[in-house]
Order: sequence, then C-alpha cells, then structure tokens
Amino acid sequence: MDLKLLPVEASEVERAAVATIFDHPPDAPGTDRVTREGLQEVRARRHLLLPALHAVQKQVGWVSQGALNEICRRLLVPPAEAYGVATFYALLSTTMRPPRVAHVCDDIACKLQGADELCATLECRFGPPGTPSANGQATWHRSPCLGLCERGPAVLFQLAGDAMDGTVAPAEVADIENVLNGATVPMPPAISTPQTTGTRDPALCLLRRVEACDPASLVAYQAADGYSALRRALEIGPAEVIAEVSESKLQGRGGAAFPTGRKWDAVAKAPATPHYVVCNADESEPGTFKDRVLMEEDPFAIVESMTIAGFAVGAEQGYLYVRGEYPLATARLEHAIRECRSAGLLGPDVMDGGFCFDIDLRRGAGAYICGEETALFSSIEGFRGEPRNKPPFPVEVGLFGQPTVINNVETLANVLDILLEGGPAFAGVGTERSTGSKLLCVSGAVERPGLYEVPFGTTLRTLLDLAGGIRGGKRLKTVLLGGAAGSFVSPTHLDTPLTFEGTQAIGASLGSGVVMAFDEGTDMRGIVLRIAAFFRDESCGQCVPCRVGTVRQEELLQRLARDGARPSAEAQLLDELAQVMRDASICGLGHTAANAVQSAVALGLFEGPTDE
Amino acid sequence: MSDEAKGQTLPLVEVTVDGETVRAPEGATLLDACRAKGADTPTLCYLETLTPVNACRVCVVELEGSRTLVPSCSRAAHPGAVVHTDTPRVRHSRKLVLELLASSVDLSLANGDMKRWMDYYEVDAEKFGPSSASTAAGDRDGRRPGHHHAPDGKTAETVAQPVKIHDEMYIRDYSKCILCYKCVEACGEDAQNTFAIAVAGRGFDARISTEFDRRLDDSACVYCGNCIGVCPTGALMFKSEYDRRETGEWNELQQRVTRTVCPYCGVGCNLDLHVQDNEIVKVMSPIDHSVTHGHLCIKGRFGWQFVQNREET
Repeated sequence: MDLKLLPVEASEVERAAVATIFDHPPDAPGTDRVTREGLQEVRARRHLLLPALHAVQKQVGWVSQGALNEICRRLLVPPAEAYGVATFYALLSTTMRPPRVAHVCDDIACKLQGADELCATLECRFGPPGTPSANGQATWHRSPCLGLCERGPAVLFQLAGDAMDGTVAPAEVADIENVLNGATVPMPPAISTPQTTGTRDPALCLLRRVEACDPASLVAYQAADGYSALRRALEIGPAEVIAEVSESKLQGRGGAAFPTGRKWDAVAKAPATPHYVVCNADESEPGTFKDRVLMEEDPFAIVESMTIAGFAVGAEQGYLYVRGEYPLATARLEHAIRECRSAGLLGPDVMDGGFCFDIDLRRGAGAYICGEETALFSSIEGFRGEPRNKPPFPVEVGLFGQPTVINNVETLANVLDILLEGGPAFAGVGTERSTGSKLLCVSGAVERPGLYEVPFGTTLRTLLDLAGGIRGGKRLKTVLLGGAAGSFVSPTHLDTPLTFEGTQAIGASLGSGVVMAFDEGTDMRGIVLRIAAFFRDESCGQCVPCRVGTVRQEELLQRLARDGARPSAEAQLLDELAQVMRDASICGLGHTAANAVQSAVALGLFEGPTDE
Repeated sequence: MSDEAKGQTLPLVEVTVDGETVRAPEGATLLDACRAKGADTPTLCYLETLTPVNACRVCVVELEGSRTLVPSCSRAAHPGAVVHTDTPRVRHSRKLVLELLASSVDLSLANGDMKRWMDYYEVDAEKFGPSSASTAAGDRDGRRPGHHHAPDGKTAETVAQPVKIHDEMYIRDYSKCILCYKCVEACGEDAQNTFAIAVAGRGFDARISTEFDRRLDDSACVYCGNCIGVCPTGALMFKSEYDRRETGEWNELQQRVTRTVCPYCGVGCNLDLHVQDNEIVKVMSPIDHSVTHGHLCIKGRFGWQFVQNREET
C-alpha cells in the first residue's frame, strides 16, 4: 500500500512528542512507500499508535492534523485508520482543546455525593461542558465513573505539557477552579480502606500491605514478604505453580469468574509461541475501585504476580493495561517496574532463575469497553477497542494472535498468597465454590464507604454493618450488586452470602465486587437513567443490538420517566431490547447492558411521582 | 481433475440444521451449512468476498451448547453441531436487529433481499416512536466519544444527515448507512488496500469517515468505486445514479445489463454495464467473476464516457 499522508506538517513540539515513543532516532524523510519488507515493519509498529496519540495529547492537549500526520508517517499507519482510533477514546481530542481539562464524574456513586450540584455550579461559572475559559486555557467535561467512588464527587485533571495529571476526591468547586487556573493538583492523603485504620484485622490478605508498606519502596515490599512467592515459584517449577493455582480453585475477579488455573494450564500447553501475559487493569465498571487501590498501594505485588504468571505459562513479555483515568496508579506501577528492572526482578534473567520476563505498561484512553479482554487486545495492538468474537478464546488466539493469559489485577494479587500458603489452604477460605477472600467496593449511602476485604460467604448484611450501616440512620432502599452491568437487589436479600453462587441464586452477580447502597430518599430514576446513558456512551458501536439497543433503552426510560402513559407498552419494549442485547450482542457489554435497568423496573424502582 | 472429483477429496463435517443432517466441507461456516440446507438466512454485513466482521448480528442462529446466539457467518461448522434457525429466540433477535436498523437508518434503497427479510420478520420500524429530525451537516462527524445529549424520549434517534456531495464520481448518504463495515473492508485489506476510509467515533455516533472528515478528493481515495459495489443500502452511490434519482429519471425496470470485458488493460475484468435509454448509467462487476470478485479500478468503473460521446457527433 502507498501511504497517502495529510498535506499538513506537525509543529516542532508535536514532532518531539511523537519521537519520545521511539528508542531510535527519527526516520529519514521520504520513506512513505511501504515495500514488502516494509509490511513487516507496518505490523511491528502499529501497536505504538495509542502510545503515540497519548504522547501528543499529553504534550499539546489535543491531536492536530499535523500531529496525526506525523504519527502516521512514523508508524506507517493510514491516516483514516489512525483517526478512527483517535476518535474512539474519550481522553483524546481531535479538535483544539484548552490545555487544562477537568473531567468531573457525574456517574452513579458520585451522584449520591453531590456531583449534580457540583456540575450545576461549574456550569454557572464556566458555561456548559466544553466551553473554553476566558483565557482559553481551561475547560471542563462530565465524565463516567472515575473509580474514586468511596469519596466522591471525583475529578480527573488532564493537564497538557509538563504539569502532572491527577485526581481530586472529594472535589469542591474551589479545587477545580484553582487547578484550572494553573495550580498543581493537590494530593491530600486519603485512605480508601477503612479496615486498615486503627487495629488491623490480622486476617487481611489482599490488603496486608495497604497503608502498612511504602508503595514506592522495593526494599519495604521485600521486607513484607515481597518476592517470596516468586522465589517459591522458581523452586517448584511452572507445572507445580499451575497445580497450586488450580488446587486453590481461584476464579477470576474481573466479573466472569473463570477458573484461573484452567486458563494458565491452557496457555502453558499451547503449542504456538510466543505466549503473552496481560494484566487487565482497565477497571471501569461504575462503582469499582478495588484494582486502583491495589495498584496504588501495593504496586510491586502486581509486578511480582505477573512475573509468576509469565514463569508459569512460558511468556517472556507481559502487558499491563491500566485505565487512562488512573494517573497515580500508573505512576506507581511505572516506578515499581523500573525498580524491579534495576534489581534484576524483571529482565533477561529474573532473580537469577534463568528465565526472561518484562512488563510493558500501556495506558487506556477513556473507553469502558477496553476492559473487555478482546477489546483490550485490539487497543494494545493499535486498533479501535472493538471486541472480537469468541471463540477463539484468548488462551488460543489472544494478544497479537498468540496464546495469552489475561487476568484481572485482583485475581493476580491472589496468586501470591496461593504460592505462599499453598493452593489447598487458600481453598479452605470462603465456600466450596468461591474460594479465598474478596475485595468489595462499598459505596453509596453507608457510614464508611471504602474497599473491604472479607472471606467469600460473608453476607451482604454483615458487609454493610462493617461499613457502618446506612448513613444517617435511614432505611435501605436497594443495593446495586456488581456495578452498572450488575443488578439492583431488594433489602429482603440482605442475608445473601456474597459468593458467585449465592448472588447467582438471587438472579444477581458479584461482577467486579460493587456493593452500592441507596437509601429511601434517593432519586432512583436519575440513577437508572444515568446507567442507561452510560451504556449508550460506552457501546463501541460495532454490533447493531448494542449500538442501537442502548440508544433505544435510554429513550424508552426517558419516555417512562416523562409521561409514563403506557408503562406496560414501554416495559414490553424494554424486555424485547434486553433479550436481543443479551442474545445477539458480540460481547459482555451488550449482554449485560439491560441487567440493571431490568432489575430496577422489576423492583418498582422506576415508579413513583413524576418529576414535574 | 474435475471439480466433482476435487470435492470428494475434501473432508466433510456433518452438522444438523433444523433437524436435518447437512454435510459441509471442512472449514465451512454455519451459514454455509444453513444455506446448503435451504434455510433463508438473512445477512447484512456478510459478503462472500470479504472477511466476516459479524457486526450486524442478523444471521444469528441457536447453536446447542452455546449460552448466547451465534453469528452463523463466522462460526465454523464443527462436527456434530446442532443448529436451529427458526426458533422464537432466533426470530426475535433477527426481527429486533432489523427493527433497530429500520428505526435509525433510511432503508428506502436497501436491496431486495433486505426488503424480503423485513417482510418475513414483520418489521415494525415505528415501534420505538417517531424518527428524530435530520442533524445538521457535520454534526455527527464532530461528536465526542463518551458524551451525548440526553434524549427526551419523544423521538427515536436516527443517523439522518445531509448527503455528502463533493465530486462528480460519488455521493455519500450516511443517513442510509447501517455500518456494515463492507466499504471499509473493500477499501482496505479485502480488496483495494487504499485505506481511505475507516470507522471513526464510538457507539451510536460511530461513522464511516476519512481522516478528520476530509473530502474524498482530498483523501487517499482512488475512486475505484469498490465501496459502492459492496454497499447494501444505497448509502454510497455513483453520482450518475444519484442525479438521475433526484430528477426522477432513474428507472431500473428500463435498464438493460450487458456483460462485457473491460477494454483498458490485459487483466480481463468483466463489466456489467447498466444501460438506460441507450446510456451507460452504472458499471458493476459480477461478484463471482474469478478475476474481479466484483471489484474494479477507476478506469473500468468510470472511464466509459467515450462510448456516449460517439453518438453526439
């Protein structure tokens, strides 16, 4: 193919930003024509597309035609395709945008904590979302869940140039104004894990090092059992590692609950090479913040567990895909990876154990769908984050078409304990079918929202009591279990054990561990409408049931909310939509896009006096 | 070796479609098996000459052992597969997919197959409410991913927008686009390797676009017309056809299709000349032709004015 580039040149700054992603000096000009050998090069470079777009966005604040042209020239990607990728992500802008942007979360958890009022004030002061400030240097946008649900309302600051991106939660108007006016992002200390304050529960495993061990210090990590799991793995060998993981009956914590041991075993045995390990850290399910806390507070544990996975399945390269809205987690993981490399814990001869493993950190750019495993692969490979049909499954055809283990952050974190205590001991905690402990993201109308670690089997009632009960002594109206893709459950189900099977028995799911409580005073219509809007925004647009179905679902709910004239007709249409999305969508997003809505309608949460 | 003899050497897999045993060659899809059995399986984004993108989901079937329905166009027929093509679940999904499209896209020029399927599945395009008004030019092209204006529920949102007419060769009427990806595939790896267009944006705001929505004559487009050749809904159209439709002079009943060989180079592409009132109004190529697979270049597709000029002298 001949690459036809845009007749627009990049500025010096843009050119320099793009150059930062290459290890070698810029190409000679005039090498646009792709020869036979060049085709190899095209494939080899495509995966740098998202990092290149990120680099320009970070430096300049938006991706201009000249910058896109420069990226396409360097990576040999057709401009139309690069534009298709750039316009897929909410954190990238292909139109001129002020350098300082506040992304204000107005998703369900933050709504319960005053996000709507905050947005209304911002609208008064700055104008509608996207309006540039008087000096043209700042603007604000509404954002889906930023994963700071335990202390909303949350704001993500995306700052061009040398300033560091950052988040503030809870945010006040003054914080936002200050940063938009040029201040650095404040970083007040915040604790997301109520169980680690005061007397620590000795039973905490996943949260063992949280608030107890400096997340920036490898020495501190090693002094707190760090890298003893990898040492044991090296002693017992890959096959035994997989046997331990299988015996632990560990199931994936990202939402699908697939047995981890089976995944690892399949990849270890896959004849095609190379194998890859991918850590899915694109946590974006509204209400979920567990992986963020682990990455921020215990980053070396993620690096160590990925290394163990690589050792077990025979992979030399790992990819850690972190959601773009997590600047602190990203910085801490990048630091941890660098430290481990210089200590010989990553690289050509890990721990002098004769095996090679390294990790490349990739940042998402604002797309919930990229948490879907095959969409995540597409995103890393430099394509639009569109999911692929399964089968083939990632264990056979995954990243770059190769056998791939892809695990959620929390899943991997469990592997350390499994190796230290042994699989059977791990399986002794929890229930027969849900083993180990679980991180639960408790938010909403409770006294002490935060991340809690409890053994599987703990009831919903016990968990809410642990979080201090319903705030202000109010009555509980409903609990959203499993996030926007999960479902609302009635207070009559408070004695449900929080296990995969227990939640399934009441027609719900544990999903990514979201437990969001709503008290009787909550405007549930607003919550359900926000969930419907979320799916409409986050559908990738590839398949018809989800692309149009999520639009129709939101319209029908608005119609029900506005005039409620023919509720039975609308309810029937909602059911029809739910069925086609569940049956015929390509991926989990479409399959679950009607769950919360349907459960809300079934519980009567959408009824009540009209707004007028 | 005759074709028949060759066929016998291919291993066959046995699958069950609606209770009947069907033998399909190894590597065949469930769609192949369904069609071999004679089941009228609707497809929109599928074309024999393109890689299946399985995005439209209208070809779904029930495969025993699968939790969800599966797209028959891209699921390999494995030995022993048991497929149902006419269950209430399958009918529901096919009907809804067609209704979701019909309620959001102008299907007035959709091909005959699509119209037949819409009748068969009793598609009600109005059930989601009256259609929203057309957006202004450029509105959909400028939408940001992850953001939309909350609907009021009074209308059903559509992709309606003004037609893009920038040159004398093509028009692009994205009000008629069902986002089947066929044009992108024909422009890219499956035929032309030009990559002038791709899908941009996200969700319902996803659209076919050049980089930064630049005009086609300002893009990598080489005007081969292969995107038009594969478009099933008339969203992409030759300007010659569009102009005649606008003035009411397009009459397919009066058109004669004459197959000939392209006079330009030695490749031997077959052309189907669509002739109306003794004038060539459109040039296509047969999809089953061994050389073209339905695709042509700019010369075969558009270089026929000289035929007309002869008459004027």
